[in-house]
Amino acid sequence: MASPKTTEAIVAHCEALFGDLDFTAARRWKDAEPGRKVIGYMPIYVPREIIHAGGMLPLGILGGGDNIEVIHGDAYYQSYICRIPRSTIELAITKRLDFVDGMLFPAICDVIRNLSGMWKLMRPEAYVRYFDVPQNFRDDLGGEYYINELRELIAGLEGVAGRKIPDDDIRRSIAVYNDNRRLVQRVYELRAKTPWKAPTSEVYLLLRAGMVLPVEDHSRLLEDYLATCEARDRPMRDNCRIVLQGTFCEQPPLSLIKAIELSGCYIVDDDFMLVTRWLLDDVAVDGDPIANLSRAFLHASAATAAKYEPDPAQKGAFLIETVRKRAAEGVIFASPSFCDPALLDRPMLAKALSRENIPYISFKYAENSGQMQPIREQAGTFADSIKLWSEA
Amino acid sequence: MRCFIGIDLGSTTTKAVLLDEDGGMLGRGITNSRSNYQTATTVAKLEAMISARLTLFSRALAQDGTGIADVGAFMAEIERHFRLEQFLDQLDDLERTGAAVIDGERFAGREDAAREALGLIFDRLRGEAPAIYAPGAERKSDFFRDIAGSRYMHIAEDVAKEAGVAFDMLLNIYDKSIIGVENRPPAGAMGERFKRAIDRVLGETSRKLDREALDAAMKSAFGIDIEEANIVGTGYGRVTLPFPKEQIRSEILCHGLGAHVLYPKTRTVLDIGGQDTKAIQIDKDGIVENFQMNDRCAAGCGRYLGYIADEMNIGVHELGPLAMKATKSVRINSTCTVFAGAELRDRLALGEKREDILAGLHRAIILRAMSIISRSGGIENEFTWTGGVANNEAAVKALRILVKENYGDVTINIDPASIYTGALGAATFALREANAKGAQA
Amino acid sequence: MTTKPEKPAVVKEPSMLKQKAMIARNYDKLTSAPETGKKVVSTYVPGNLNELIMCFDMLNNLPEINAIQNGLRKQSGNMIREAEKMGHSEDVCSYVKADIGAMARGAIAPNGKPMPPPDLLLLSYTGCFTFLKWFELLRDEWGCETVMLQVPYDGDGKVTDNMRDYVVKQLKEEVIPAMERISGVKFDIDRLRENLKHSAAAEDDFVWVLQSAMNKPSPIDAYFGGVFYIGPIFTAFRGTEDAVDYYKLLRQEIEERIAQGKGPITPEGEMGEEKYRLVVEGPPNWTHFRDFWKMFYDEGAVVVASTYTKVGGVFDFGFRHDPENPLESLADYCLGCYTNRNLPDRVAMIENYMEAYQADGLLINSIKSCNSFSAGQLLMMREIERRTGKPAAFIETDLVDPRYFSAANIRTRLESYFQMIEQKRRPAGAPTPVAA
Repeated sequence: MASPKTTEAIVAHCEALFGDLDFTAARRWKDAEPGRKVIGYMPIYVPREIIHAGGMLPLGILGGGDNIEVIHGDAYYQSYICRIPRSTIELAITKRLDFVDGMLFPAICDVIRNLSGMWKLMRPEAYVRYFDVPQNFRDDLGGEYYINELRELIAGLEGVAGRKIPDDDIRRSIAVYNDNRRLVQRVYELRAKTPWKAPTSEVYLLLRAGMVLPVEDHSRLLEDYLATCEARDRPMRDNCRIVLQGTFCEQPPLSLIKAIELSGCYIVDDDFMLVTRWLLDDVAVDGDPIANLSRAFLHASAATAAKYEPDPAQKGAFLIETVRKRAAEGVIFASPSFCDPALLDRPMLAKALSRENIPYISFKYAENSGQMQPIREQAGTFADSIKLWSEA
Repeated sequence: MRCFIGIDLGSTTTKAVLLDEDGGMLGRGITNSRSNYQTATTVAKLEAMISARLTLFSRALAQDGTGIADVGAFMAEIERHFRLEQFLDQLDDLERTGAAVIDGERFAGREDAAREALGLIFDRLRGEAPAIYAPGAERKSDFFRDIAGSRYMHIAEDVAKEAGVAFDMLLNIYDKSIIGVENRPPAGAMGERFKRAIDRVLGETSRKLDREALDAAMKSAFGIDIEEANIVGTGYGRVTLPFPKEQIRSEILCHGLGAHVLYPKTRTVLDIGGQDTKAIQIDKDGIVENFQMNDRCAAGCGRYLGYIADEMNIGVHELGPLAMKATKSVRINSTCTVFAGAELRDRLALGEKREDILAGLHRAIILRAMSIISRSGGIENEFTWTGGVANNEAAVKALRILVKENYGDVTINIDPASIYTGALGAATFALREANAKGAQA
Repeated sequence: MTTKPEKPAVVKEPSMLKQKAMIARNYDKLTSAPETGKKVVSTYVPGNLNELIMCFDMLNNLPEINAIQNGLRKQSGNMIREAEKMGHSEDVCSYVKADIGAMARGAIAPNGKPMPPPDLLLLSYTGCFTFLKWFELLRDEWGCETVMLQVPYDGDGKVTDNMRDYVVKQLKEEVIPAMERISGVKFDIDRLRENLKHSAAAEDDFVWVLQSAMNKPSPIDAYFGGVFYIGPIFTAFRGTEDAVDYYKLLRQEIEERIAQGKGPITPEGEMGEEKYRLVVEGPPNWTHFRDFWKMFYDEGAVVVASTYTKVGGVFDFGFRHDPENPLESLADYCLGCYTNRNLPDRVAMIENYMEAYQADGLLINSIKSCNSFSAGQLLMMREIERRTGKPAAFIETDLVDPRYFSAANIRTRLESYFQMIEQKRRPAGAPTPVAA
């Protein structure tokens, strides 16, 4: 695939991928060679390296966004359950996911967990796995459990791929994903340094493209974006710098991200698509690749609401460090309505921020939220108050 | 003759249906529910009885050689005049009640002025009554309170000025009188009113009518003794229905059976009411197999349209026609009543046209209903839609599109008289159960 | 689940009196912990390790039970509002908010005395992610020590060696050392074996009680009555002789009811004719527990099996605590709790109940607070309808948030449902000629 060479063209390409609820790009990839397989996964983290090593395409499923009419999906869920599972079911029922050969449901909350069982009932022929991860971070305890789980996952994926997935292939895939992680980090650093050049509405689309493209293509896209973006001449505004928190699963509509930016906030870090940044450093390439993936998970992974924090003193520390590292002036908690992990975690994170005198606001959204006026008002007031506060 | 009655005690209106032994519709009646369910039941039953007598009368006319070719049109004339007669009777009652109010209250020397003003008001009310019931005249409501009330206010304002009495006083008299009048059946014999109605028809018609034959038909229609063989109640207020528990059926069962009676091949019934939306799956006999209702949240119910109409400052009946003018449908993602106004203003601020937004809103409501249908098991066969929202052409359009998109070509019945579906089901239960008992005996 | 609704029941059977006394004694022990020096462990009903906790002479305090107590006493509403004022979302679990709100108001036990803060939070988040956040929140408030026991979810419907080994190893290397340290008592595996023997004995009689509902008429209501019967075995009494005695007593009472052909006891005395036999999925509502129950027994509806009575352990498919394999059987117990099972398993269990208990239908009480139960229930309902051909109905309430109990709405659905069952099996449902 030839990559577009201007920032605008790159963003337009990403936006087209983002809006395509039929996943045409992934379908095309699959149809290009007989025997190719696609493995869907939901937020927040799966080791995509293993899928990749099996010659398969990892496909990130993040719900249907605000451009899908949910009819049958609503028939499966009560009104007090978030949107992402219902639009995901709608995608399945409307056959938009019929080309997906397997689905992984990470351990994130009870809703996504139960969706794994629903998938088993609805698609008995597909490979469906609830991907459990350790909440104990000792190598000889949680690590041992995790390594065995990963081995089970590999065995299952070998079944779908119809071939063995040797360690060497996994090592190679780890290296490919290390590249991708570094590039994503560079984009995040660029945005934090010059957010007027790399607005979040673009960075977001760039990351979304990584959910549906082969990782190599995505890495090229990231490189191109970095190359074209730095040369851009866009005016810097007197915006405040904020970290967006709580968006790790159900996605806000793109218009919400734009509304926050338009109201005077530069988003300088976020928890969108953590799968791209879950592992904080390079994963070691030499040695047992499964043990390496496990160590990275246990000792160098992001903090999020679905992950237990064994040390009470460290609760909120990851967020505070992000605020410091990105020189952010405040935090916007944007949580999907009815999102148990985000909403239960928020009071503790808010408390930690208060101790550090970091201002924050919070609101809720749904992937199909239509009213941006309240968001603009809240984010705008927040930006103004931060400016006043810093001038005082 | 034995008849079977179904009463549907709704939150706003109470409906009664009378069936004969063969399940044929004898009559139906409707009234507003008021705070007193007992009265609402009595009045609805009485209205149904009137309609039953009209039915019997028309059956008699069809049999006897009265030489009337278009019995239907003739009966419509009779009914129109009957309604006028009844209206006049109730006006008399209201005037008498008002006069009693004046006597009973402390009007401190203004009694005579009040009496005189009242007399003037009622003379004018009676004077304009025939126009209200003239052929082709549109009435916003068929309830006495609504018609008499609005005209009374109007006339009383003029009379107050002319006679130099306080409008508030006249208003007060009305307020104190109307509840009593509304809560008792119209005085006087029904048969007498029919006779007067026939006289009026004879007076203004160009038809050649045989008075004797008419009298004979009427005699036979009124000579039939209507016996209440069994009665079944349903509806919102069913817990307070004035009859034993065995004679009460749930709204959903009655609704399903009513739809089956209207459209025997129906397998899926949708009812969108003011407060709730129900999807009902029925079997070949009209027995409910599955049902789903909207949850706690009233999103997508009729009430939502009310909010939108309020927000746009137009009548709820104007929404549909306006939406039909749309050239496209704006996607509306939330049917949350709380956010209805905000969503609307947001879209208008974005430069969307009112009619296009409205088209989107109608689609959004139907989408909610489609989800509830899907939850109940979807549509496999003939489909019937009832409830007030079914009168809205834009909603009908959206529904036809969405049903086709999701379930292909299925027969869709949309019934204008759907407001009686629950009562019809209840009456059918009354009939079926009486027959079952009879079979056992 | 271990308390009586606030108005005393008309009929108090000896087993009920015994349970009441057991609960009162336990609350007295808890509230007098500051004086007696006993250490308090907080943990959850699913994956409750009472046998192990007792090995360290520690007391077991279950926060869900406290929330239920407050729900039954109609105090939870204010506590929830209190927590919401503190910044907790209206969207999240009402048990958590009732607990946090109660703490903010100075937690008082049902005996009127202050509830001491726990010395250890045993975070066994079996079958529910909210548990994880709940104890993080409590830890944040109390500042007390927390030990995590991760119980992997049975995503594939089978307990693997890896899962079991992981739980056992956590018990050995994390949970037991923490308990030893805090209590100052050395772990004695023989003491655990002894406790597990008691558990297994009580579990035998408990299962007999649950299965007594296969009788026609059923001598028990396995949901509204069931929540009382699960009291001892799901809470601070499993592994005690008290619990063994309780279930013996209960079994005798029920044997007598069966001999006399009696149905269940309700708060208003003996129940009338059994008209409908139901299986119920989902927890009950606690704020309107009696009103809710009345909607059933007034109509002659008896619940013959429920999934909620499996939330603290599934014993009716053969599992028993095993003194021969103490830690492994604790692991298997946790792994097998109802909400730790995947949806296909849950559907299979309900399908089994529908047949084994000759139920007329399935009723799902969907709880706003509890996504672990609720997410997917509409699909479960379809599956059961499809597999059994029996009708199902769906109602929505909440655990302890009184704002989510709409009596009129629920009554409408229940009445329609009962009449639907009735119409379907009655010849009067057959058509008579009707001219349209």
